[in-house]
Amino acid sequence: MKTNYIFLLSFFLLMNCASKEEEIYTPIPYHLEIPPLFSDKLIAPIIPSNNPLTEEGVALGKKLFFDTSLSGDNSQSCATCHNPKKAFTDETRFSDGVDGSFGTRNSMPLFNLAWNFDERFAWDGKEFGLEKQAFEPVSNPIEMHSNWKKVAEKLQKDSAYPDLFLRAFGTSTIDSVLVTKAIAQFERTLISANSKFDKFLLGKATLTPEEQNGFNVFMDETKGDCFHCHGSDNNPLWTDNKFHNNGLDATFTDLGLGKITGDPKDNGKFKSPSIRNLKFTAPYMHDGRFATLDEVINHYSEGLQKSSTIDPLMKKVNQGGVNLSTKDKADLKAFLLSLSDEEFVNNTNFTNNQ
Amino acid sequence: MKKYSILLVVILIAFNSCKEIDCCVSPPFINLKFTHNWNGIPITNEDFSALKFTNENGEKLSIEKLRYLISNINLMDSKNYTLVDVGENTGTEISILDVKNGTYNLSFRFGFANEDNKDGEYQFLNSVNFNVPAMLGGGYHFMQFDGKYIDDNNQEAGFNYHTIRAVDRTNLTDLKFEDTSFEVNLGKVEIKNNTEIEIKVNIAEWFKNPNLWNLNELNTNLMGNFEAQKMMNANGKSVFSLGKVVNK
Repeated sequence: MKTNYIFLLSFFLLMNCASKEEEIYTPIPYHLEIPPLFSDKLIAPIIPSNNPLTEEGVALGKKLFFDTSLSGDNSQSCATCHNPKKAFTDETRFSDGVDGSFGTRNSMPLFNLAWNFDERFAWDGKEFGLEKQAFEPVSNPIEMHSNWKKVAEKLQKDSAYPDLFLRAFGTSTIDSVLVTKAIAQFERTLISANSKFDKFLLGKATLTPEEQNGFNVFMDETKGDCFHCHGSDNNPLWTDNKFHNNGLDATFTDLGLGKITGDPKDNGKFKSPSIRNLKFTAPYMHDGRFATLDEVINHYSEGLQKSSTIDPLMKKVNQGGVNLSTKDKADLKAFLLSLSDEEFVNNTNFTNNQ
Repeated sequence: MKKYSILLVVILIAFNSCKEIDCCVSPPFINLKFTHNWNGIPITNEDFSALKFTNENGEKLSIEKLRYLISNINLMDSKNYTLVDVGENTGTEISILDVKNGTYNLSFRFGFANEDNKDGEYQFLNSVNFNVPAMLGGGYHFMQFDGKYIDDNNQEAGFNYHTIRAVDRTNLTDLKFEDTSFEVNLGKVEIKNNTEIEIKVNIAEWFKNPNLWNLNELNTNLMGNFEAQKMMNANGKSVFSLGKVVNK
């Protein structure tokens, strides 16, 4: 009899080694469909090991992204300033916070974020990692102006959320860490890779002569020389995700990266945004100062302002810029617009259809 | 007593089965360490973005960005490459495992040889925007060296000393190429267990030997400049030298 007890005890001890996760719901791994241009040309996207994509996590993140409960007065969600129809930015120069306050930066578009290999987010790079970035707007007094304790309490009282968190993360106790993890999971699924130019690279579309010449202007070191910062046909992100002073100002009212690093050498430097989806993302630059693409092109052509930290890639700054011809400007614009991804902004997987 | 022994064994098995195997004893390795200097004065990224250097032609200049491609290190498999980014302090140390003790001739290539310089082939280099436009023959940069200098009008101006495979664009429908990558042979080194090999990179050499570089004449738009690329190739030959070799 004693022998039986010993073996019974041994059995339970061995069972103790089995994963406790087996006792609860196991989320389904999310299959991130990586476009062929990305898988062929780029290294793998960044998916943190402590926040893998799951079907439940992505769905929860999407629900949270569109939920106004995250704001102090329940009036705004992430999507208020990051509208799917606008490639996840908005059409205003500065976004209006819940209290009617305005910031000083243009809302950044959101796509292909998992391929930001340096993981520095926001115009000034102040946020390291998507999860960390998602913490900020909720408590920012000129954005959603709430606090995470209140947000967690609201979500905890909701009839649906505790179970959704349980399924996504194995716990129904909601906190800011899990909310931001879920939102980051959803954001990593926002992939834009089906513009006309993408189709051209895949042999499924033809460029007009204007678009082709515009691409040449973009790539020509003696003309636009845009590729050194904004990528090329071999880099479908169309950004280097780095920080540059692109000659907007002679003196700085906004230090950009310099304020984050504390290094004067970084003053006036801002993230180079992707040039995908420019059709939807006006106004342009970190402060939305340019309402149209023509103004942007004119800036690089004739409007460069010299300062101590201007990037050496801003050529001919002493002559104002690269001085493109009228035709090259128009063609460059045509090429830029060929990177607009209509399928992305109309993708119902990314819209609030709950 | 026997029963307690059985219990003890089972408990030990149970607890041990929960553990992951812990290892490891480090295998011998070689560490190639690229150090940078300006005529012997050490440079790190802390020295960037300041007009603190003077080239052989007398122009004051700064370094704002400096990254370059090394390939085919002969102590590794033949198709290796690494991007040394001095500004971001990445790629400056390369660890090589599984090299047996002995005396080796250490060599590598600056840039890619023609047969390796395949357009769009290298995902990492695409991801960090190191490509060369197809109109210039495609492939990859060998070096991106950006900075500022004081020009003849006493104005600050930018330079982009970018090296690529030289392309003669005289006839745009029939581009002519010249391989401007080059082998750097640092001579014999003794590898003994863990060995750290310093490779000294004198950046000032890019501007002086054998071609005295005048930044007022050659500053930007050098990628499509066939003759400039050949001059840079010639000047690069004296940039790299063997530093300390330490067997640990």
